[in-house]
Amino acid sequence: MNLRRDVFQAIADPTRRAILILVASQSMTAGAIASNFDTARPTVSKHLQILTECELLEQEQNGREISYHINAKKMKEVADFIEPFRTMWDDRFNKLENIMKIYQDKK
Amino acid sequence: MERKTKVNAEDNTQELQIVREFDLPLELLFKAYAEPEIVEQWMGTKVLKLENKNHGGYQFETTDPKGNKHRFNGVIHEFVSNEKITRTFEMENTPFDVQLEFLTFEKLTEDTSKLTMHVLYKSTEVRNQILALPFAQGINMAHNRIQDIVSKLK
Repeated sequence: MNLRRDVFQAIADPTRRAILILVASQSMTAGAIASNFDTARPTVSKHLQILTECELLEQEQNGREISYHINAKKMKEVADFIEPFRTMWDDRFNKLENIMKIYQDKK
Repeated sequence: MERKTKVNAEDNTQELQIVREFDLPLELLFKAYAEPEIVEQWMGTKVLKLENKNHGGYQFETTDPKGNKHRFNGVIHEFVSNEKITRTFEMENTPFDVQLEFLTFEKLTEDTSKLTMHVLYKSTEVRNQILALPFAQGINMAHNRIQDIVSKLK
C-alpha cells in the first residue's frame, strides 16, 4: 500500500514526469538526463533516486556508468489508475473549503 | 486525514461517484456552487453564465497556461437550494459526449457537510477516457516543457 502512494507522489512532480518521458523511448545515463534540465545535477539525481525507489525506473550498470530505463509494467499500473482524476477533484475541493472558511470568518 | 475526496468507478460501468466531506456548514458548501464569484475562485474558471433554477443553464471558460480558452457548458435540470443540483456537463470542441451529473448536498453536523457527485457517461469507454485525462494532460505539459528546454539548447 505504501509503495502505491509513493508512485503517485513520484508522478505528481512535473520534473519527474518529464524524466519519465525522456527515458520512455531509450535508456539514458544520469548525465544525459540531467543535460535536458536547467535544474542542478544533484536535484536531478534526487529525482532519479525517487523514481527508482518506487520502481518507475530501473537501473542498469554499463561499465562505470549507470543508465536508466523505464519500467513499463509499473507505468501502466499508474496510467490505468484513477488517482490523477481523484487528485484533481481533491485539489479543487480543498480550495473550495479554504475559500469558504475565509468567507465564513469575514462574516 | 480522513476527510479526503473519494472516487468510486467500478469496472465495466458507465458511471462514477465522487464523495467528499467538508469542514463547512451545508449552506456554505452550497453557496460555493451557487455564487458565480465563488465558483470562479475554486474552479479556476470564468463564469460566463450561471442560471440557478430549474431549466436554467451555465457556461464556464478556462484559460490554459498557453492562453488557449476552453469552454464548458450544461443545462441545469433541477436546482433545489441546500439539497441538490441535477445538470448536464459538456466540454465544447472535444469529442467527448455530454454527461449527466447528480449533485447531492447533505448536512452532517452543524459544521460539516457532504457532497456526492454521481456522474453518468454515454458509455464505459467515454468514462474511462475522461478519467485518464488529467494524467494525459500532465504528461503533455511536461513534454512541452522538455521541448522548450531542448529547443533552447540548440
